[in-house]
Amino acid sequence: MWRARTLDDDQTMTADTAPRRSPEQPAKRPLFRRRSAIPGFGLTMGVTLTVLSLIVLIPLSAVVLKAAHQSPAEFWAVATSQRSLAAYRLSFGAAFVAAVINGIFGVLTAWALVRYEFPGKTIVNALVDLPFALPTAVAGIALATLYAPNGWVGQFLTPLGIKAAYNPIGVTIALIFIGLPFVVRTIEPVLRDAAEDVEEAAASLGANRIDTILRIVLPALAPAWLTGFAMAFARGVGEYGSVIFIAGNMPYKSEIAPLLIIIQLEQFEYARAATIAVVMLTVSFTMLLIINAIQAWARRFD
Amino acid sequence: MASVSRRRATDDPAWAKALVIGVVAVFLALVLILPLAAVFAEALRKGLGAALEAINNADALAAVKLTLLTAAISVPFNAAFGLCAAWAIAKHEFLGKPLLITLIDLPFSVSPVVAGLIYVLIFGLQGWFGEYLVDNDIKIIFAVPGIVLATVFVTFPFVARELIPLMQEQGNSEEEAAVSMGAGGLYTFWRVTAPNVRWGLMYGVLLCNARAMGEFGAVSVVSGHIRGLTNTMPLHVEILYNEYDFVGAFAVAALLCLLAVVTLVLKTALEVAQPGMRGRGGH
Repeated sequence: MWRARTLDDDQTMTADTAPRRSPEQPAKRPLFRRRSAIPGFGLTMGVTLTVLSLIVLIPLSAVVLKAAHQSPAEFWAVATSQRSLAAYRLSFGAAFVAAVINGIFGVLTAWALVRYEFPGKTIVNALVDLPFALPTAVAGIALATLYAPNGWVGQFLTPLGIKAAYNPIGVTIALIFIGLPFVVRTIEPVLRDAAEDVEEAAASLGANRIDTILRIVLPALAPAWLTGFAMAFARGVGEYGSVIFIAGNMPYKSEIAPLLIIIQLEQFEYARAATIAVVMLTVSFTMLLIINAIQAWARRFD
Repeated sequence: MASVSRRRATDDPAWAKALVIGVVAVFLALVLILPLAAVFAEALRKGLGAALEAINNADALAAVKLTLLTAAISVPFNAAFGLCAAWAIAKHEFLGKPLLITLIDLPFSVSPVVAGLIYVLIFGLQGWFGEYLVDNDIKIIFAVPGIVLATVFVTFPFVARELIPLMQEQGNSEEEAAVSMGAGGLYTFWRVTAPNVRWGLMYGVLLCNARAMGEFGAVSVVSGHIRGLTNTMPLHVEILYNEYDFVGAFAVAALLCLLAVVTLVLKTALEVAQPGMRGRGGH
């Protein structure tokens, strides 16, 4: 590998060290980019930035500009109206509870997939990605039918006095479906790479299995767990398709924030729709920053 | 390797193993398997004939066509963008690279409804270009171009985020060798890079396609739900369901389930063929 890379020492260094370079390391870098022997930087970077701006950045700025069109008092009144607050509470609350439940069962699923052998493992492994592959509307009507009072699952819950559809519990169920693969798929590779010899060492030093799992395995999984949790939460907050069929959509009770945007749009209240969208965007970007920070923190332990 | 070498110290007791597998099985059955089964059961409630009839009518077929058209435009577009972005990002060093990667990932953290809203604010009647579009009789919102745009937005990062880490891992040595021996940029790409990343590209395209065909929230905002004209398959499912035509809704939903199952089978086949493929985090 090294013999082939004599073209540009500088470039060779970066190619090899780029993924795990600490931020303070590269001191002598030119202002914008390093010279490279590989052509096409100008063209591909130009196309990338143009398309990114046209499809993502400029349209996203439109929503901020639209919301900024109102006076701050108007913005605040819509952003913090009782109905909006109830919708955020439901969207964030249900997404949080769903992410916690996925955090628990996601670890168990990842553990079973990585550490155990059992019949049908390949199928289970493929099924975990079903929420990525199944259109959300399909998931929505399927879950609504299952958990409705007379549905396959709902009929067993009704005698117990549990109503699982058309209320916040229904919203949470849909978000559990949507978020599961995020947790499993972020934990799985870490669990797979985790050195079993460390566990073995712990065991040979007298730790019992529970101690080993609690003190050796779970702490090593923490950054991946948090990342998966944050991704599932972020996705859940904005989720629409799988939720509206099972939510019930009662104002103040079971109306999620994205639905509120749709309702404002249908009444041609574009500024109000943009206001709620800006609140949601702010939360998603904060989540994105947190996820990036967790991952940067996790890389320090590599 | 973990599963092959069975070292006693790191083996869980049999009861713990059975418990974990049992809990996972019940959980996955409730959350994943039952919904999938319910779709087919509901679709076939009045027999196969009724289900086929629900699919084989003008509105449903128009929805299928529009879904295929949307995917046929947005997936190649995002694949080309992904290749382009990955070449710029993975093969070169420049300031602000992490920021650029974050910006490309941005659509994943935007609610689909907001993704639709932004295009309404630009191309809608009251939007930036609203008057111009009306004057020139161009329809974007409540028409096919808006649906394609919204789909491109929500599926924007799929291919790029698959290719960037893959191409970073592969390094630059092969391309540098090609260039130093006189190969041009395009030739190097086709003969050196493309063969190295083709599996990753297929993987990204597969996930991109599943989302493109299944997108609901973003498309729902910009479509206007005009039957036979601006209804994609997921929107058609919604309309039928809200009209209490459950057999029809679940029959079209079953078609989309088949798409999901095919996607998962191909994805698993790719992972078996290329063991390094999986686990770059979802979308």
